[in-house]
Amino acid sequence: MRLTLHIWRQRNAQEKGRMVRYEVPNVNQDMSFLEMLDVLNEDLIAKGEEPVAFDHDCREGICGMCGFMINGVAHGPLRGTTVCQLHMRHFRDGQELYLEPWRARAFPVMRDLVVNRSAFDRLIAAGGFISVSTGSAPDGNAILVPKENCDRAMDAAACIGCGACVAMCPNASASLFMGAKISHLGLLPQGRPERDKRVVAMVSQSIAEKFGSCTNIGECEAVCPKEIRLEVIARMNRDFLRATWTGRGVSRDEAEQVSNNSLAESRR
Amino acid sequence: MQLDSKAPGGPIETRWDRHRFSLKLVNPANKRKHTVIVVGSGLAGGSASATLAELGYNVKCFCFQDSPRRAHSIAAQGGINAAKNYHNDGDSIYRLFYDTVKGGDFRSRESNVYRLAQISVNIIDQCVAQGVPFAREYSGYLDNRSFGGAQVSRTFYARGQTGQQLLLGAYQALERQVGAGKVQMFPRTEMLDLIVIDGKARGIVTRDLITGKIESHLADAVVLGTGGYGNIYYLSTNAKGSNATAIWRAHKRGALFANPCYTQIHPTCIPVSGEYQSKLTLMSESLRNDGRVWVPLKRGDQRPPAKIPENERDYYLERRYPSFGNLVPRDVASRNAKAVCDEGRGVGESGLAVYLDFRDAIERLGRHVIRERYGNLFDMYERITGENPYLTAMRIFPAIHYTMGGLWVDYNLMSTIPGLYVIGEANFSDHGANRLGASALMQGLADGYFVLPNTIGDYLASNKFEAIPSSHPAVREAETQVTCIARRLLETKGSRSVDSFHRELGKLMWDYCGMSRTAEGLEHALSQIPALREQFWREVRVLGNGEELNQSLEKAGRVADFFELAELMCMDALDRNESCGGHFREEYQTADGEAARDDSHYSYSAAWEFHGVGNAAELHKEPLVFEYVHPTQRSYK
Amino acid sequence: MSSAAVAPLHRAVRFYAAPIGKKAVMAITGVILFGYVVGHLLGNLQIYAADHDQINRYAAFLHDPGRATLLWGVRALLLLSVVAHITASVQLWVLKREARPIGYVKKDDVPAAYAARTMLWSGPIIAAFIIFHILHLTAGSVLPLQEIAPNQPDVRANVISGFQHPAVALFYIVAMLLLCLHLYHGVWSMFQSMGVSHPRYTTGLKRFAAICAIAIAAGNISIPIAVMTGLLSN
Repeated sequence: MRLTLHIWRQRNAQEKGRMVRYEVPNVNQDMSFLEMLDVLNEDLIAKGEEPVAFDHDCREGICGMCGFMINGVAHGPLRGTTVCQLHMRHFRDGQELYLEPWRARAFPVMRDLVVNRSAFDRLIAAGGFISVSTGSAPDGNAILVPKENCDRAMDAAACIGCGACVAMCPNASASLFMGAKISHLGLLPQGRPERDKRVVAMVSQSIAEKFGSCTNIGECEAVCPKEIRLEVIARMNRDFLRATWTGRGVSRDEAEQVSNNSLAESRR
Repeated sequence: MQLDSKAPGGPIETRWDRHRFSLKLVNPANKRKHTVIVVGSGLAGGSASATLAELGYNVKCFCFQDSPRRAHSIAAQGGINAAKNYHNDGDSIYRLFYDTVKGGDFRSRESNVYRLAQISVNIIDQCVAQGVPFAREYSGYLDNRSFGGAQVSRTFYARGQTGQQLLLGAYQALERQVGAGKVQMFPRTEMLDLIVIDGKARGIVTRDLITGKIESHLADAVVLGTGGYGNIYYLSTNAKGSNATAIWRAHKRGALFANPCYTQIHPTCIPVSGEYQSKLTLMSESLRNDGRVWVPLKRGDQRPPAKIPENERDYYLERRYPSFGNLVPRDVASRNAKAVCDEGRGVGESGLAVYLDFRDAIERLGRHVIRERYGNLFDMYERITGENPYLTAMRIFPAIHYTMGGLWVDYNLMSTIPGLYVIGEANFSDHGANRLGASALMQGLADGYFVLPNTIGDYLASNKFEAIPSSHPAVREAETQVTCIARRLLETKGSRSVDSFHRELGKLMWDYCGMSRTAEGLEHALSQIPALREQFWREVRVLGNGEELNQSLEKAGRVADFFELAELMCMDALDRNESCGGHFREEYQTADGEAARDDSHYSYSAAWEFHGVGNAAELHKEPLVFEYVHPTQRSYK
Repeated sequence: MSSAAVAPLHRAVRFYAAPIGKKAVMAITGVILFGYVVGHLLGNLQIYAADHDQINRYAAFLHDPGRATLLWGVRALLLLSVVAHITASVQLWVLKREARPIGYVKKDDVPAAYAARTMLWSGPIIAAFIIFHILHLTAGSVLPLQEIAPNQPDVRANVISGFQHPAVALFYIVAMLLLCLHLYHGVWSMFQSMGVSHPRYTTGLKRFAAICAIAIAAGNISIPIAVMTGLLSN
């Protein structure tokens, strides 16, 4: 089959980009989408044009490295699938496709379809963990976890951090990503002690990273390749409201800092 | 060169304890004065970085992906072994040790393997505490399954995403230390050379993959956790970015490379569908627990699987190995698949596939049980092939999956360059000639969480580390070298893409140094590789420049190293005149086609020393002594 | 970590500074406004009472000078809720623009969320309608109001004569349809924002939201239709 692609080409983070049109004449329907781009790139190299840069690594749908918009939908038209696992049999001969990088202030474009998602790492560094140093753990069976909670924690933990939720969200919010981590850890007894601190820290970090806010639209859920449910966001909201209501989740130092900041603001 | 494994003697149960006691400790107050570089952020590198930082060292961690969470450990599906004996089914540390030595076809170091089995127990505890959602029973206790030919249930798992969950555990521990300021993370940064000063590893040269900036990082010790080199075959189950550059360039700086020919073929991968194929997808071999492997009895039988009656099917694994059946180890399952395909009984368009059939299991257990156990794998299969495995038999074929070889390390995981440690798949240490299922995750985490953090202290405590100026001639020399390679690749301006060379090299390696090897084939490959390498340097086309994100340039550097490593692999395979584990030489097999090991001549690890590109590498032998598990012919009949 | 001694004021600042806090404010004010809409509907439906004076008596009851404080209290609360609801939504809208400065050349919407995506324009239109509605039936600035006695409007007559103008009736019906969409998303969203959510309840909550939204819109829309079809007349 034959496809027409419009691909966002941008040299680096500073320069402006634009859409460029390409024809791919011999697409096999058993190819994955990325293999189709490989074929395009081989053609471009043969012609002496620079290949299209796109992120990818495992090509098994688990590393979360790949991802871009296909006709305005993150990871393309097939639900629960990353672009590396999307095969060309889901497209029609002669179709025109628009490929664009994730768009969000927090995810600056580095080149073509490649964006910088380090903001996600900083969200995790802010609190998306259980503080247990190596060696201090009790026997694995000393902590009992009801199967249902464990299964739900696993549902949330399946997040691959690809960023499709942010890309698709009309608000460019990272709520599904954060909610997934907060739910994964919060549903397990091991993660309970830190849950107030975790949610406050992660939410503050997401504001600092300029992610948008969640307005419960649900486009994130619809494109999530791991089909993570909107309920994880509700859990994050609940944890956050409780932590702020009770004033927990803030260390004494931080509390003082907050007080000083608002004092300084009120004086201004 | 004399290889000193530093493996302690005495009763095997107490070797690690006694060894740890003999190691020097770094005073807690002094730990923050040491900086350690860790390259790679997978299970080994990530867990090591986090743990070293927890201990108080300053850590600089590097990965080529955009986030440490994407390392290829994430793709491991099946599970992680641990000798917990939660099922009271006769498991023990000793049994895991025994199984691993035997499974490795008696080509591993007993002391290391015993330590691995001991530590396996702590790994599970650590991971549970970090919030890894291992599967549970309704009682809330941890669930286990039997896996990959083991006769006890010792495999812990998190659906089909065990590697992902363990990696996220390590990643979260790592990010916690990043947040605490103890780890400085360098994503999208590739190590391109090792800096060796006064015989000690003191730093690395890196390229920032976004800006192209070449930089040096200096430290007191360097740890490589950069994974295996299976991508040398072009088509493998490794991630597209997985590469051997870090270990290969360390090898060129003096670290010996051990057993490069030991490669593992995974029997249950989705077959190749066309020329454009970019990688192979593995499906967990847990599928073999319920699926039955077969091919038609008749050659070239083109009927769809459901139309082939029972008496015209050959369940060849069950027929040949009545006691293990479909659960024989990976190398045996793979070789048998190749054998039936060579007989012309392979299925699918290419004839390079066998059936893995769940018809009987679905009848026996019901569709919902199969969905519960393998749902995500079935979905994945359907996504890729467009066929529904609930209705028709899956087609599978073996693919390169793991490399047991790697940089030679002693019991402390230190390579032959003092101060250079190698952990996880990047080293050669624990699996011998063949790795058991669910043991890679175990080894990566054992090295990173528990072994290296103990042993590295001994080196740091017993050496003095002068500050190194960035103008040091060795630093300058390494930087120049790296810059020259990039410039040469960019200035060749030939006519062929990097991928076309990589494909050609991969095909050559698969044909002659793949699932089965012959002296003749290996010699042929050894005559072809140098010519292809020279052609690569004459005709490769890398567009763009070095001062920007340039994925072709990244690939070109990695493929250049693969050419050199390919030669060493073939040399090692040619030198080892026996069949063992993942190394099968057709000349050396028993009358009924099983691998014939030669313990009297080849009971050693082959560690190769680099003497320049195009020159023969020098072989050093580390003899293997078996005091506990006495070599026997593996038999799964 | 010692638990915090954050002063309540600062706690509130911290709460509202986060988008989740703003959404919670929208949810709480949403509950108040939703309660009012339900009450208002129950009041409206009295127009169908066999006793034609029923609705006027109800109006007189609400406007009893003895309860003026209560009436103005409720009005103030409603006004405050509307202002807070709108302020928070505008602030969230600004955040959204900041979070994605460069948009997509081509963006498709996933069909799942029609009501959700229309909140931003269903909201303002409903606000405009409310102003019109108050001017029409409370202040009497659109059509002259008929009164039974001084300061005692003939509600039934005013409603009926109002809806006899097709444009007024149409605007009312369109506004109610938008309110239906707005409530459908709003009621479910309220649970989500306040963190009331569990995989077991999600379908139930969505159904509850749909039933409420449709019932309210249908109840209200029935009035202009009844007037236009002549079912209700003076």
